Amino acid sequence: MTAVLYDAPGPRAKRRNLILGVVGVAALLAVVGFVVYRFAVTSQFDPTVWQWILYKNIQLLLVDALVNTLRAFVVAAILALLFGAVLAAGRLSDHRWISGPATVVVEFFRAVPLLILIFILYFGMSRGLGVSISAFTALVLGLMLYNGSVLAEIFRAGVASLPRGQSEAAYALGMRKTQVMTNVLLPQAIRAMLPTIVSQLVVVLKDTALGFLILYPELLYQARFLGSQGQLGSPILPVAMVIAAIYIAMCLLLAQFANYLERRSRRNRRRVDPTAPDDDTAIEMEQIRAATP
Amino acid sequence: MNVLLDNLDLYWSAFVGTVELFLVAAIGSIVGGLLLAAMRVSPVPVLRVFGAGYVNIVRNTPLTLIFFFFAFAYPRLEILDLSFFARACAALIVYTSAFVCEVVRSGINTVPVGQAEASRALGFTFGQTLGAIVLPQALRSVVPPLTSIEIALLKNTTIAAGFSVFEAGGIYQNLSERGYNVLVGLLWVAAGFLILVVPLTLLQRNLERRWSVAR
Repeated sequence: MTAVLYDAPGPRAKRRNLILGVVGVAALLAVVGFVVYRFAVTSQFDPTVWQWILYKNIQLLLVDALVNTLRAFVVAAILALLFGAVLAAGRLSDHRWISGPATVVVEFFRAVPLLILIFILYFGMSRGLGVSISAFTALVLGLMLYNGSVLAEIFRAGVASLPRGQSEAAYALGMRKTQVMTNVLLPQAIRAMLPTIVSQLVVVLKDTALGFLILYPELLYQARFLGSQGQLGSPILPVAMVIAAIYIAMCLLLAQFANYLERRSRRNRRRVDPTAPDDDTAIEMEQIRAATP
Repeated sequence: MNVLLDNLDLYWSAFVGTVELFLVAAIGSIVGGLLLAAMRVSPVPVLRVFGAGYVNIVRNTPLTLIFFFFAFAYPRLEILDLSFFARACAALIVYTSAFVCEVVRSGINTVPVGQAEASRALGFTFGQTLGAIVLPQALRSVVPPLTSIEIALLKNTTIAAGFSVFEAGGIYQNLSERGYNVLVGLLWVAAGFLILVVPLTLLQRNLERRWSVAR
């Protein structure tokens, strides 16, 4: 679509684009160059502030932090998927007394900021009720409650997006409610929503960084610790850059996986139904809506 | 109830701080996102590549890490001495712009190709095609998801409390120092966010329902 906004450039447009391109590149280079210049002036490229990377203990410390981050991510992701499945089942129930409370739970946890949830679990429980919860548990539970609610909405949207004929046909064959759901609707819904679900897992991975604020010893926490070590030259910028690279690499991998799944499902759909041109944009919008920051 | 009534002015000033942060960052992120989206659909390849790279990197960076950069690492560069509030705004704008850009870009994609083709056939330039034909139509499908992104931004402002900005996320520290019940205090903060977020969510659903039938 975007290529449709302008014609193949003629001589004048080519010249204009060239000028714009040069100006754009110059502006970008100026900004990047200025930042790099400030890095150099404030001696962030000195070997002394990068020396920490050679120490074995620090490497082990960072590996440990990475393991802590991944541990929180894996546990939270599994719990969120389970919690989301339960909530989605509740929301899709025909019984008011089940679907009502499930809706309230979903709406509540989606409206309250995740950080406040984590604070309630960590500071609120220990200082308010005297029940001490570890930082890991508070982080994982907070992630589970928030992302579970978002995932429940994704599951529900997936089931709702299926053609009504699917469930009608299944009922006509004499299937029971549970059979219709588990044998007919869910397999199709999960297949359609898999890219969105994986995108939401990227959000879980990103949000593990909130553990920093309740002093869970994950990557950012150790970055802060290393950055304040005077005998290493307080290398907070170099450490932050390395940590950023680790986070971005992990999230990009997961996001790429989501993209791959989407391309695959698109290909399959096309084979089944060649006359569905507008579906792609609809699904893209749905995904963007679901995977909000 | 006492926790709230005794500290009404604390809650009030904290939530005012939250709303200020939200408004500045919301306007900034919409402007930034529009600029990025214009770059991503522009005829200049370098700008397209930059826009795509920015969005891909920033969307896959935790917001806490961006805050971390602005709060602890930025002062080391000794560029400009900014307040914590300004740096929190910058972090939120840098992060949210990427999401706004994606929504605007996919909104542009929902406008039928014939619209852009027709305007090109009439001799409109890129700027005219985008500004007078495509963007006004894209707006319909952009506003509902844009609202949910700004709602997420409102909730994300709480992270600023971890980096010395006074707003709703930091109320519990003050209460804890003065011996109030932190759990109750935090539940009131959650209630405050419900009051802010729920109307916005309802607005968003309403827009979605009314505007989705357009095409």
